[in-house]
Amino acid sequence: MRTGIVVFPGTWSDRDCAHAVGEILGEPVRYIDHRERDLHDLELVILPGGFSYGDHLRCGAIARFAPVMEAVSDFANRGGLVLGICNGFQILQEARLLPGALLRNASCEFRCEWVHLRVEQSDSAFTLDARPGQVLRIPISHGEGNFFADAQTLESLERDGRVVFRYCAPDGRVTAAANPNGSLRNIAGISNARGNVVGMMPHPERACEALLGGDDGLAVFRSAIHALARVPV
Amino acid sequence: MAATIDRLALAAVALNQDEYRTIVRALGRDPNDLELGMLGAMWSEHCSYKTSKALLRQLPTEAPHVLQGPGENAGAVDIGDGLAVVFKIESHNHPSAIEPYQGAATGVGGILRDIFAMGARPIAILDALRFGPLDEGRNRHLFQGVVAGIGGYGNCFGCPTVGGEVYFDSGYADNPIVNAMCVGLVTHHRLRRAKADRAGDVVLLVGADTGRDGIHGATFASVEMDERSASRRPAVQVGNPFLEKLLCEACLQLNELDGVTAIQDLGAAGLTSAASELAHRGRRGIDIDIDRVSRREQGMSAYEVMLSESQERMLVVVRPEAEAAARQIFDHFELHADRVGNVTSTGRIRIRDGGAIAAELPLKTLVEGVPLRSPAAAFSEKPPSPALPSIEEPEAVLLDLIARPNLRSRRPIYRTYDHQVQDNTVIGPGFDAALLRVPGTHKALALTTDGNPWYVALDPYEGTKAAVAEAARNITCTGARPIAVTNCLNFGNPERPRVFGQLQESVRGMADACRAFDLPVVSGNVSLYNETSERNIPPTPVIGMVGLLDDVSARCPAGFQDDGDLVFLLGDTREELAGSEYLRLLGARLEGRPPMVSLEMERRLQAGLLDSIGRGVLRCAHDVAEGGLLIALAESALFGGRGLRCPSIVGHVSREAFYFGESQGRVIVSVAPRRVPELQKLMAHHHVPLHTIGVVGGEHFQVGPDIRVPLDVLRAAWETPF
Repeated sequence: MRTGIVVFPGTWSDRDCAHAVGEILGEPVRYIDHRERDLHDLELVILPGGFSYGDHLRCGAIARFAPVMEAVSDFANRGGLVLGICNGFQILQEARLLPGALLRNASCEFRCEWVHLRVEQSDSAFTLDARPGQVLRIPISHGEGNFFADAQTLESLERDGRVVFRYCAPDGRVTAAANPNGSLRNIAGISNARGNVVGMMPHPERACEALLGGDDGLAVFRSAIHALARVPV
Repeated sequence: MAATIDRLALAAVALNQDEYRTIVRALGRDPNDLELGMLGAMWSEHCSYKTSKALLRQLPTEAPHVLQGPGENAGAVDIGDGLAVVFKIESHNHPSAIEPYQGAATGVGGILRDIFAMGARPIAILDALRFGPLDEGRNRHLFQGVVAGIGGYGNCFGCPTVGGEVYFDSGYADNPIVNAMCVGLVTHHRLRRAKADRAGDVVLLVGADTGRDGIHGATFASVEMDERSASRRPAVQVGNPFLEKLLCEACLQLNELDGVTAIQDLGAAGLTSAASELAHRGRRGIDIDIDRVSRREQGMSAYEVMLSESQERMLVVVRPEAEAAARQIFDHFELHADRVGNVTSTGRIRIRDGGAIAAELPLKTLVEGVPLRSPAAAFSEKPPSPALPSIEEPEAVLLDLIARPNLRSRRPIYRTYDHQVQDNTVIGPGFDAALLRVPGTHKALALTTDGNPWYVALDPYEGTKAAVAEAARNITCTGARPIAVTNCLNFGNPERPRVFGQLQESVRGMADACRAFDLPVVSGNVSLYNETSERNIPPTPVIGMVGLLDDVSARCPAGFQDDGDLVFLLGDTREELAGSEYLRLLGARLEGRPPMVSLEMERRLQAGLLDSIGRGVLRCAHDVAEGGLLIALAESALFGGRGLRCPSIVGHVSREAFYFGESQGRVIVSVAPRRVPELQKLMAHHHVPLHTIGVVGGEHFQVGPDIRVPLDVLRAAWETPF
């Protein structure tokens, strides 16, 4: 899986993603500078977490104008796999590759902790390996992860099966108590209509080793490997 | 020579008449205003350590594994595999008292720069905090602002905040303590010293533009505060963690480049301090042309440019032929770099402004010319411990105690800090010590900060010994071996004999304890004049410690692991209640003798602990600290989510002391039943007393006939929000 990891000024989970995909899964990885325009050598593009451009103006609002984002859009439209993690999810929304917005956490505080995610559908490129209803334990680390969309968008996301992950209790029940940030309908991750672009607030790259507390995040990256094996890009 | 000067002009730079006379003698003339400003900043307590230097010489700083001791941006210690761990702790108390968010944020920013100036990638931040009681609005404002500032900076920068401590006491109501420690990793051959030792090198100022923020910060940190301190808000800097992240990545790339002589961060006393320390360490001189310094605003005087403490700035010294390559790196990160001067062979710092020389000072005078102060010291008596009331309802006391701000779960604080980024956090915040794997090896680093303020207040010598011992115990509980120390000495106004006596005794205690554990002190910071309107803070030494675990898979957790495991107490309990959280709960006055540390017993305990963890005998180990034995047991139960059944466990002391006393040198451990004989043998071998406590299991925390609390009730009390 030829993987590219975009580095904007202020990105910081680039190295963690490279560790997960490159060192743990042994797949070829390269970094993509925010000024690059050519992604033709890649099969997967990750927009990692961090504070691109210092979160100035609004999370992801400036990164969306970086030269690389035009290339990412083209890449996504051609069916290339794109995963936005945390700030990467925010950027995908700003770039209109995914709908909705991520507001300030309902607690008004940054939250870094392990949460449980229920896999809602296994059709997306990043959940092929999981089964619907499966519970993954993965950390979050964000101050603006409160998923919001208007009623119509929300309905179409639900109807089309584009809600990929929901925050849940350890037993899989979707409860208010399990919602760490006030997201509508506990939404933690969504996909585009085609299923090749996924944005999620939790950090799967932090959950790839038992030593660091769990390896449920591997399912996300392994799914992408299998998606590529199935559908030639 | 006119060795007299207006008192107000001297007060503005916090120098005294004697110091002024020394300056005039050294220069052979009166300094001009700019020179006096520079001298005032460099001769401030904060920059010169004039009051503490003589005392600090007692500290052991050498050991075979020390690569860099005190005197650089940070200390560095060998951890094998060609790697070095670089670390330091620093205070930002005064700014945080005035503007808590920015004060704490820039404290984190400053210590991060110290680490990457050494060529090391910052991998962890820890914070030691002290506030007044939270039922007062101002204290709550300071607490919330400081916590938000630490998170705001560290989270954005991308360095995990993995540990630290926070205590509340009325002694900190006016003057909170905010100490930030940063730890970094670098390969030996890339470890860099900030030493400009080649004349002709080019001096680049990189990062933020220079503004009027933070003028006189070093001086401000070196005088007591009063009700007018709020008007010193301009002396507090504003942080930009985004810029710092770019600066860090640029410096780390720069560090790989040939022809880079030195990297130095601009901290207290800004350009004055950075330029003069760089050049003086290399025994060279330096010329700075302030016309070339990019500014945030027009009309700044030479004085303001030289003393600004604008954040996120670094000085980079390169060979002329390497300048282009260095600029390429800065361009990549879209950072601005001004060529502000040159290294010379004059031994002097020369400042040009509009083509004319605005200041010229011998570096020896500026950097090390300040006369050391040796104020009078007075020592308070140590009254015997008071008579104690007995406990009526131990269960109610336990629940009250574990809900106290000093003991309750810190999760509401640390979950606002990213403690995982960089994918190294094996044991995060909330336990004895944090444990981070060393990437590319099987090793791990254990990190902690410690300093019980009440023991130090009762007896600065014993209390500081206890801080070192506890830090070492916390490290050891994870299975790691303590390897080196950093420290931050937060004290009141040293011109008061009682305060200077505290400082003197505290340093002596640290020196004795570090010697006993063979621990070198490789870096540190002194914060004096923590006095507001004549009220001094309790003496607050904070010990930062780093430990090394050779095989991360051999680590030991702090929570109970399995039902049926047996629980033991290592170490003896004495009739020691003075300074305890229990007595504070009862509203007793702080008096008596604090728990005493036997350094010999402590060494044996830690050797026994490491031996048994190394052999895989222990299932868990947890330090007995504030709150005493029952609190430690309750914590291990809550960490592991498992109950505990103890038969009656009263020892040779009163029930109060046994349950809630804070005798030092104690650790609770749990063991699988079949390995108990091994534990007994090991403890006998190391001469460590071993006491049976109980059995892990069930839904209750149960102690003899006195206590039977459902675990979720205990958890609810522990998780009382702040």
